[in-house]
Order: sequence, then structure tokens, then C-alpha cells
Amino acid sequence: MTTFIDGLSLGSIYALIALGYTMVYGIAKMLNFAHGDVIMVGAYAIFSTLAVTGHPLVGVLVAVVICTVLGVVMEKLAYKPLRGASPLAVLITAIGVSYLLQSIAQLIYGSKSRAITLGNFESIKIGSVSISSATIITLAVGAVIMVTLTLFVKYTKVGRAMIAVSEDRGAAALMGINVNFIITITFAIGCCLAAAAGLFYLLQIPSVTPTLGSMPGIKAFTAAVIGGIGSIPGAMLGGILLGVIEKICLSIPVLAPYTTAIEFSLLIVILLVKPIGLLGKKRREKV
Amino acid sequence: MAEIVLETKDLGISFGGLKAVQNVNLKIEKNQLYGLIGPNGAGKTTVFNMLTGVYKPTTGTFYLCGEELKGKSQEAINHKGIARTFQNIRLFNNMSVIRNVLVGLHNQPEFKCSPVTSMLKLPKHYDTEVRMRERAKEILKIFDLYEERNNLACNLPYGKQRKLEIARALATNPKLLLLDEPAAGMNPNETEELMKTVRFIRDEFDITVLLIEHDLKFVSGLCDEVTVLNFGTALYQGKVNDALNDPEVVKAYIGG
Repeated sequence: MTTFIDGLSLGSIYALIALGYTMVYGIAKMLNFAHGDVIMVGAYAIFSTLAVTGHPLVGVLVAVVICTVLGVVMEKLAYKPLRGASPLAVLITAIGVSYLLQSIAQLIYGSKSRAITLGNFESIKIGSVSISSATIITLAVGAVIMVTLTLFVKYTKVGRAMIAVSEDRGAAALMGINVNFIITITFAIGCCLAAAAGLFYLLQIPSVTPTLGSMPGIKAFTAAVIGGIGSIPGAMLGGILLGVIEKICLSIPVLAPYTTAIEFSLLIVILLVKPIGLLGKKRREKV
Repeated sequence: MAEIVLETKDLGISFGGLKAVQNVNLKIEKNQLYGLIGPNGAGKTTVFNMLTGVYKPTTGTFYLCGEELKGKSQEAINHKGIARTFQNIRLFNNMSVIRNVLVGLHNQPEFKCSPVTSMLKLPKHYDTEVRMRERAKEILKIFDLYEERNNLACNLPYGKQRKLEIARALATNPKLLLLDEPAAGMNPNETEELMKTVRFIRDEFDITVLLIEHDLKFVSGLCDEVTVLNFGTALYQGKVNDALNDPEVVKAYIGG
């Protein structure tokens, strides 16, 4: 039971990151491989503000602001000039941005991992199950964020415009929708979610290194593809599925060393059986 | 003299060395139903693409109600008042019929509402949504799509998809509506009905219509003036009835 709840909590971290991947893919039709590194930037932002102010909440706010701004700047400087370029060029640029962010972090903070204390999180006992309060915070905030995002996309005008742009960018522009603005907003939201994921990551593993974003980034990308890239509920489902599987594997001693292999094999199996992902929609490519 | 809604001056575009469209001069008066016809590959859709900002003209310019719009972005041109439909239907297929129209209404100033207001579900959100939906429903009723408003756009029959495209374009409140082969693939009854609808929306929405069509009966029944394009240049401009007797036009269409 504890394992399952830990899995849900890890899963919601993956889901938050996967949402960023999937939304950017759905709307800008590109894979932002620097997305994982936004988590790292968020984590360092929390680390730095914590060192200065000593208050974790301030750190979180600063991280969210910095990551959101980073998302907008990243899109404006690196990706916007490549609108309409070949997908390969955009992909390589994204990898470049990823290394750039890692190198900047290394220049500022050095390559050693540094410990960070976000406060003491006691375990709470519910019946016979004991759960860390960090897990509960992650689960609760993660759920709130996902519900808010779903409401945002479903019920706001901007959300509707986002769906329209993801369906047919050209037609949306001709109906008077400012496509560039919608793409910028998408990046901002995605990176804001990544900042939240950065915080939750620190609650689980309280140390920062310049490459801390790579592995969760890749796992979350896997989650997004498992769920069906471009689909928001798909990213949530994929993330949570992957998190639960990871924790269950880790809790079984025989399987534990093979956890990552099992996760990626799952991706391969799902791609073989249902190439569009669990909740992906079939799309006709226009000729 | 009636007000000129659309005026193009020597409008042209080249792709590399290929001059796709050259020296197109149109003058379309308010509330006119104007036809743009010509054989396949004559450059008709290219003209539409220039007028909506998809392509930037390499020569010449165009004006909407006296304002130069050349070089503006697609959404800016739409805000100024040009809306269009597509030759290959391009609806938002996985959205419901009414949401397609709501996207068209997105930028109308009367429906401004910030995302924060919507997220918090403040009264203004409901008010805006209700008014937008009312407007969308009115538009759908005109096109006889009201009953299907909650179906996915991709599940509509072909003729209704064409109508929905016109409805969505009208939702952006244009001064000039560009219809790219609105009657393509329609049977004679549907075509007849479409002619009535086009006349009706011209009067109801007080707009001007420029349309591309292959169906000459449709054009001669609806438009009073046409421009015939062939190989990217205007072969004939003037009354539609004379066009069909013009030897050059006949030659271009039938060969000679």
C-alpha cells in the first residue's frame, strides 16, 4: 500500500513533466528536449533562494517565476526563429538548449551535487500504512495542478484556442487566433509545471546536480509517449502508470536492479501494440 | 459610386523563378458577389492565400476598405475583416460543431474575458460564455446546423462540413468573405441551396463575397462580375454573361 502511494506520488511528478512535453508537442508540434533541464533550473532556483532567504515557500515562488520566464525566453530565442523549419533542425536545437542550460548550471554551481534541506517531513500513520508527508504534499498539489490545467484547457477561451491551434495551426491563424501568443503561453505553462516538478523532485531526492533533469525528463517523455503524445489525459495516465510501476519494481528485490529496463520495455511493448499510445488520437497526415 | 471593399493593385507572387500570379487588379464593391474563375492551376487559390496573409505578395499590394494590408500576419488580416474557407475542408475535426464556431468568435472584442476570470469562474466568465454560445447558436441556426451542434465536426456529412466552414468564417465578423470552391462536391440541390445561403448571408451580415468556383452555373447564377484567371494573369474582367462568350475565355477553358 505504501509502495502504491509512493508510486502515485512519483507518478504525479512524471505526469507534471509529461504534461509539459505533451502540450508543447500538441501545440507547437515539436519535442522540447530541454524540458527536463527546466526542472533542474527550477531545483537550482529553489536551492539558491533557500540559501539566501531560508524560506522554502519563497524558493518555490521564485522557481515558478524563473522557469516560466525561461520557457518564454527559450521559445522566443531558440524555437520561434525555426518556425516552419524541418523538425530535425528544431529537435537538434532543443538538444542544444538542453546542453546549454546544463553547462550554465555547471558554470554557476559547479558539477558536484549539493545537498538541500527543505525542512523535516514526518511520516504520517493511517491505520497500518505509514506515508511520508512529502508524498502527501506531492500527491495533493499534483492533483490540484492537473485538475486546474484540465479546467483551463476545457473552459477558458485561451484553452479552446490552444486546442484549435493543435488541430490545425493554419486554419486557426486564419480565424484570427494569434498562434505565436498561444505557443508562448503553452511554453510558459509547461515550464511552470516543470518548476513544480522540480520542487517535488527535491522532496524525494534532496540534492541538486546540473544533470538532475535528464533522467526524470526522459522518463516523463516515455510517460507522454505511453499515454499518447499530444494528449493531456494521456500524459497524466502515462506518468502515474510509470511512477507506480517504478516503485513496485523497486520494492521487489529481484526486479529492483532492472527497474529502468522494465519501464523502457513497457514503452516498447506499448509502441508495438498501440503505436499512438494509450489515449492518443489517430491523425490523418495531410499530403 | 459604391464603397470599394477590396482593391488589389498589380498583385503578384513568384515562387523562385515561377511567376504564379501576376498583375491581378481587382476592384470589388460593397455587398458585391464577385467570382474568381479559371482552369486548374490558374492561381486562384494563390490569390486567396495572398489576400489572407498565408503568402506575402512579391509585387503589388491590396487594400481592404482603403487600408493597406499587404505584409500583415494572418491573424491581423483576419482582425481587419477578411475571413475565408478552404478548398480542402479544414475544420477543427475533433472539436464539436459549436466549438468550431466559438473559435471563430475568439477574437471579437465584445467577448473579451481573461483566463484568470474563466479559471475562477467569476460571473463574467459565465456571462461571456453564455453570450458567445448564444451568438454561435444564432449562426448555426442560419446554416441549419443547430441540431448537430454537439457532434464532432468530422462526423458531419460533407455538405454540412462545407456549411460549417462558412459559419466559422462568418463568426470572425468579416467585411469580406473569401469562399474557395464552396460548391465543390455538392449535388445540384445542395448547390441551389448554397446559392440562396450565400445571398442570404450577404444581406444578413452586410458583407462582400469573393468566391472561387469551377461550377460555371453556380457562378453565373450568383455573381454579376467575374475575373477569369489563366496562367496567373487576368484573362477577362467584367460581366459574367459576357465572359462565357469571350473567345479567349472559351479557349482557356476548352482549349483551342
